[in-house]
Amino acid sequence: MPDESTAKKKPRILEVWRRLKKNKVAVVSLFVILFVILVAVFAPILAPYPYDQQNFSLSFAGSSREHLLGTDRLGRDVLSRLIWGSRQSLQLGVIATAIAATIGIIIGAIAGFYGGWTDTLVMRALDIYQSIPMFLLTVTLAAVMGPSLRNAILAIGISMIPGPARLMRASILSVREREFIEAAKIINTSSVRTIRKHIIPNAISPLIVSITMSIGSNILAGAGLSFIGLGAQPPIPEWGALISDARNIMREHATLALYPGICVMVTVLAFNLLGDGLRDALDPRLKN
Amino acid sequence: MPAMLEVQNLKKYFKNPAGMLHAVDDVSFTLDYGQTLGVVGESGCGKTTLGRTILHLLDITDGTMFFEGRDITNPKKKELVTLHEQMQLIFQDPYSSLNPRMSVSETIMEPLIVQGIMKKAEIRAEARRLMDTVGLAARFENSYPHELDGGRRQRIGVARALALKPKFIVCDEPVSALDVSIQAQIINLMLDLQDELKLAYMFVTHDLSVVKYISNDIMVMYLGQMAEKAPSDELFDKPMHPYTKALLSAIPEPDIDNKKKRIIMQGELSSPVNPRPGCRFMPRCQYATDACNATQVIEECYPGHFVSCCRYKEVNNITD
Amino acid sequence: MADNILEISDLVVKYHTDDAIINAVNGINLVVKHGETIGLVGETGAGKTTIARAILRILQTPPAKVHGGRIVYRGEDLMTKSEAEMRKIRGNKIAMIFQDPMTALNPIERVGYQIAEAIGQHNKVSRAEAEERACDMLEMVGISAERYKEYPHQFSGGMKQRVVIAMALACNPDLLLADEPTTALDVTIQAQVLEMMQSLKDKLGTSVVLITHDLGVVADCCDSVAVAYAGEIVEYGTVEHIFKHTAHPYTNGLFGSLPRLSSKEPRLKPIKGLMPDPTRLPAGCKFYDRCPNAAERCAAQPPEVIEIAPGHLVKCYLAGGEE
Repeated sequence: MPDESTAKKKPRILEVWRRLKKNKVAVVSLFVILFVILVAVFAPILAPYPYDQQNFSLSFAGSSREHLLGTDRLGRDVLSRLIWGSRQSLQLGVIATAIAATIGIIIGAIAGFYGGWTDTLVMRALDIYQSIPMFLLTVTLAAVMGPSLRNAILAIGISMIPGPARLMRASILSVREREFIEAAKIINTSSVRTIRKHIIPNAISPLIVSITMSIGSNILAGAGLSFIGLGAQPPIPEWGALISDARNIMREHATLALYPGICVMVTVLAFNLLGDGLRDALDPRLKN
Repeated sequence: MPAMLEVQNLKKYFKNPAGMLHAVDDVSFTLDYGQTLGVVGESGCGKTTLGRTILHLLDITDGTMFFEGRDITNPKKKELVTLHEQMQLIFQDPYSSLNPRMSVSETIMEPLIVQGIMKKAEIRAEARRLMDTVGLAARFENSYPHELDGGRRQRIGVARALALKPKFIVCDEPVSALDVSIQAQIINLMLDLQDELKLAYMFVTHDLSVVKYISNDIMVMYLGQMAEKAPSDELFDKPMHPYTKALLSAIPEPDIDNKKKRIIMQGELSSPVNPRPGCRFMPRCQYATDACNATQVIEECYPGHFVSCCRYKEVNNITD
Repeated sequence: MADNILEISDLVVKYHTDDAIINAVNGINLVVKHGETIGLVGETGAGKTTIARAILRILQTPPAKVHGGRIVYRGEDLMTKSEAEMRKIRGNKIAMIFQDPMTALNPIERVGYQIAEAIGQHNKVSRAEAEERACDMLEMVGISAERYKEYPHQFSGGMKQRVVIAMALACNPDLLLADEPTTALDVTIQAQVLEMMQSLKDKLGTSVVLITHDLGVVADCCDSVAVAYAGEIVEYGTVEHIFKHTAHPYTNGLFGSLPRLSSKEPRLKPIKGLMPDPTRLPAGCKFYDRCPNAAERCAAQPPEVIEIAPGHLVKCYLAGGEE
């Protein structure tokens, strides 16, 4: 129904926020993510101890006033390691996703805009690329480049390229069929301007959703790499690495694996739920 | 002086897995300044394709076109840009033809920004003026299409088409998506604009009462071909082609005193893919004979009244 | 009373969304007589489809909510029926046709089977009998029974709508709710379908509620007409009387908006403005701000329905005084 009261132009982000606000789950997720980001940024202030400070007299201590979540085998404060770990995990998720998304969007955009044999070539290449099991590819890449957090990020980023590439292409293809693209053509809009003003703004929504969600899954992939020793190396307290450290002593000291596990789970879940909420909030047709 | 637009033997075929789809097959007409040509026909008759081909949104398969005496059949890129400043398009669907991410003023300013002649402030003022011309209140400047109703959206489409000051506008079913009361508002707006700006329209529609109301000449299309073309009143008074007769009799009219005798046609459209030679309406025509298997020639039965039916004289009891 | 097959009184339906309450149907009274075709005319948002769905109780709830009113079909209030009882009525006694035939057709099932299934659902008949009846139904709507085993996609739009009509009439319903059945069709096909519906109606004696926005269609095939505006019936009467003695300014406006083949007017006379926002309906007459004859009292208090001639009801202050 017509809204007569729209006198001032509202920035799009406010509009999206207005709609996202109605989705309680998405809002909670957003706050969880903001909380994790804040923790990561202020880790040096928040963490009571340095993440690698050892104290052999206090190995496997239970929770106490000094060590709220206890200590690990080397007497390191678990809470501090979790707090510092949020930095590594978040970095891993965000940077790996940024690599995958940037390269993927460019590839997908090229395939979608030019069509024809360029499209065929790119898509067949992606088909071949995707016929290799994703995790195997990541593991191989990480192993070849050598185990480190930086290489894990690179390996995940590279192996995740096909997702955003395909999505971008599909999204552009569907927008290209819409009538307002024809309308742009008849007023002599150049192809660069058509892409920038008409196609991208309308094609980007599904990507934002997918990117949000893949931050979560990439944190998970990173934790997986660390777990099998190909990611963050000791004493770097990446969450996956923390679980890995605890895996041999899980029976006796379950909490050591449990805490980082919960951190990973909650963060990944938050990204997924936020992505879900964004899907609805970004659609201008679902006004209410 | 040459006509503003002259289209000769225009053909537009599409390749299709089943063969060649003859969307527009050998259509010719001329259109003068400030005049309206109505193009009517049912879905699949090629009327939309005809409009798109004239505007060079689709490549032409065969034929020639002249605009103000210049050959515009195969324009160069630069010529096409100038051409689009003189020929514009109003779309059927006021929902999908507007970019949902652009506000009303952005959409209307876009042609002028692309043209790149005016300064930013001038463009802004011009967009305000255009909004006023099409009856959009200034308070909608920053609204987005999804916040407006169909009628207002269509006004945005009209304003966008007018921005470059064209002489000729192809109107592709501009009111069929609108409610009756809004439809009348938009039709009146288009008539006012025509008077004021001396626009020529090619008005493509399936609605015969609208087309009679707005057109000087009407062309009836059937499966890509012209069935009949005549001055508006004459076409309604003296339809010659059996298809036109059936079409006119099928219009439900809001008039209970003059109940018409409906001619109910048998069957539905045949396929426009690889059509056989001869009259395309033949399978549904109650007057069809063997003669209709021959290729039909277009005859001028009265001055300015063209019909493509070899039996139009028998059908209408005309004796020479 | 016995000559009315359906009586709707004071029906109120609202849609509850997160932001607002949409007043879709605001106290509608409507009667459908036995064997008549009544045209329910109005523009988008007038509440036509909501009324039809409320009769069959197929409104999506939520967001829709029926706030009151009675829908009496053959002396029984449909609002108090259980879901199981409604299932026996739907499709069997009261059938509905939608604008888009694909809402009623299953794309991966042969059309003949779909009709036979509809018959089998409400009647105790053998498979063979149901199939035979389905073939008859197809022939009746002008489709050769040889096409029994074809799939919906093999039919054109007009043919699909015929199949849907065959399916709707398969169980001999008393009442057919047709929601814009020909709007998506070309004029010549529309003429075919309307002609066919007309002759079927004459043959079977079905009462029809024909929902449409096209006054031409109403003139062609309806006996009486109800004009809906913003969830109210503003004018009701026989087609004859309403077309000749139009009383409500909105109905007048609709006629003025239509380009006529016969008229030579240089301009149409459209209704100014837009239908009111159904979330914020005005207190007085809903047509007040678009009405050319609006007076002060129209804004203050909504008009009562008055009978200006036998069977011709108008919801307007000015209709009675001027007659």
